[in-house]
Amino acid sequence: MDSDSAANDIALSISNLRVTFNTEEGLVVGVDDVSYQVRRGKTMAVVGESGSGKSVTAFSILRLIQKPGKIAGGEIIFYPTSGSPINITALDEKDDLLYKLRGGYISMIFQEPMTALSPVHTVGNQICEAILLHDDVTVHEAERRAVEMLGKVGIPQPEQRLKQYPHEFSGGMRQRVVIAMALVCKPEILIADEPTTALDVTIQAQILELIKELQNDMGAAVIFITHDIGVVAQVADDVAVMYKGCIMEKGSVRQVLKDPLHPYTKGLLAAIPSQANQGKRLPTIDSVIGDLNIDTRLALADLSNGRQVALTQDEISKLQITL
Amino acid sequence: MSDRKPLIQVNRLKKHFPVFSQGFIKRQIDTIKAVDDVTFEVMQGETLGIVGESGSGKTTCARSILRALQPTSGEVWFEAKRGRIDLATTPERELKPLRQEMQMIFQDPFSSLNPRMTVGDIVGEPLIIHKLAKGKELEDRVVEILEKVGMRSEHRMRYPHAFSGGQRQRIGIARALIMRPSLVVADEAVSALDVSVQAQVINLLEDLQEEFKLTYIFVAHDLSVVRHICDRVAVMYKGKIVEMEETEALFENPKHPYTQMLLSAIPSPDPDIKMKPRRDLVESGWLPED
Repeated sequence: MDSDSAANDIALSISNLRVTFNTEEGLVVGVDDVSYQVRRGKTMAVVGESGSGKSVTAFSILRLIQKPGKIAGGEIIFYPTSGSPINITALDEKDDLLYKLRGGYISMIFQEPMTALSPVHTVGNQICEAILLHDDVTVHEAERRAVEMLGKVGIPQPEQRLKQYPHEFSGGMRQRVVIAMALVCKPEILIADEPTTALDVTIQAQILELIKELQNDMGAAVIFITHDIGVVAQVADDVAVMYKGCIMEKGSVRQVLKDPLHPYTKGLLAAIPSQANQGKRLPTIDSVIGDLNIDTRLALADLSNGRQVALTQDEISKLQITL
Repeated sequence: MSDRKPLIQVNRLKKHFPVFSQGFIKRQIDTIKAVDDVTFEVMQGETLGIVGESGSGKTTCARSILRALQPTSGEVWFEAKRGRIDLATTPERELKPLRQEMQMIFQDPFSSLNPRMTVGDIVGEPLIIHKLAKGKELEDRVVEILEKVGMRSEHRMRYPHAFSGGQRQRIGIARALIMRPSLVVADEAVSALDVSVQAQVINLLEDLQEEFKLTYIFVAHDLSVVRHICDRVAVMYKGKIVEMEETEALFENPKHPYTQMLLSAIPSPDPDIKMKPRRDLVESGWLPED
């Protein structure tokens, strides 16, 4: 990872990240020893149930963890295409570089377009704000870029729509505005936190295509956070499965979805209604895992084919016989 | 299935909403046809799925059937315990006893439970409203139904905030089933849940259907869930049913272009099957009301 050639390929590297929340009931570990790398121009999907820490990990990348939460350990290093690597975790809360990162180099598409947009500012106002913050351009130029971007994300009549407020947009259109806002500064890393969860399948299909298209255009690395395995299968190159703050399994999308190794991943995949379990009771995660204890923290073990799985050596050797 | 009697027969049901102009004099300037001339029937013990995008009128349709909304026109024949009755025209006061026989499960388990009431009060409230039980009997029935949905009897002392999404949805199901309804309308009942919890709730709904001989109208936008639990599926688009078919036949061989497009947009969990949204199928210029 430290060699230049490897670093050229990697856009972001998270290592041993630990995020804790100091609550009244004691210390809650939201993310525990999580490491993953995001490759340039590729999509890394992070899947897991609510509370698994997938969003908290993403928020840490932008240093958006709010009190009582804090990053208690680990490193997040961003490798810009030009310039030296930036250690995000080491930056001061008020560092100028941090403001440049947020929405500039790294930007985020939020889940809830209704709460991510300000109801009292026009859409144009909000997109231009992002441009003016990061680039030294005139207001006129910012507006021109905002119109161009709105057109790119498929909003008809962008000049007129620019002057409208979020409530004048439908859910799918609002999500496009949020995407336009995230992409307008041409980020090198795009974090998409459940960008299509609230949308209909037809709109979801359009948004997924759109993100993919824009990713190809700009060569951005994408971190895609979702709990929809169908979406993962369609957009991701690599997958990390999270459970209770830890990564359970990591590998290429084909490896993990076609041949899950960890019992938790198997359970997660089995619980999706599909043709295989048509007319039968759905397997739940508990029924798939059985009496195996997956709550004990295990370090990720490397497998020969580049995969990583949180299992004991015993279980891994059992797996390798069947592989 | 063919020998069963219909529990609900919907005949040319319409629900229109007037649109008024802005300003001092509110003139009616338009009508939104949320449900426009819909006809179908639901057999006893059957699960009918209603699918469609947001704004297609699926929820309005379900609510009009239950008379939670007054239909604009049309008939809703319901096989009640005391005989067949048209819900669309029944006067309000005669409707109340009928409400015991038809219940609803809501989408959002976080906003559909009153945060100031204990779980026991929430689940038992319908019995009090309909004056069906009180005191010891009320408590026994609350405990009984809570155990049926997989909760413990001591949970009735607690408040909704103490429970997870899946448990809250179970509470919502208990509240609906304590009335021993024959018809249950589930409006996006599992959409807000994680897949693992969703699987448990789907299993629960299926078990309860068998035990209480329930008929479900299952309103959802998640097509894989619909495929799993429904016997038949109605596809709604712009207030109309564009296709209605046995579930497998519909998914295997969709006939209407809108259904074809809807099904083509489902992302497959197999990375080797690439999603190919068939937008070309729908006449050009068509897009959901953006």
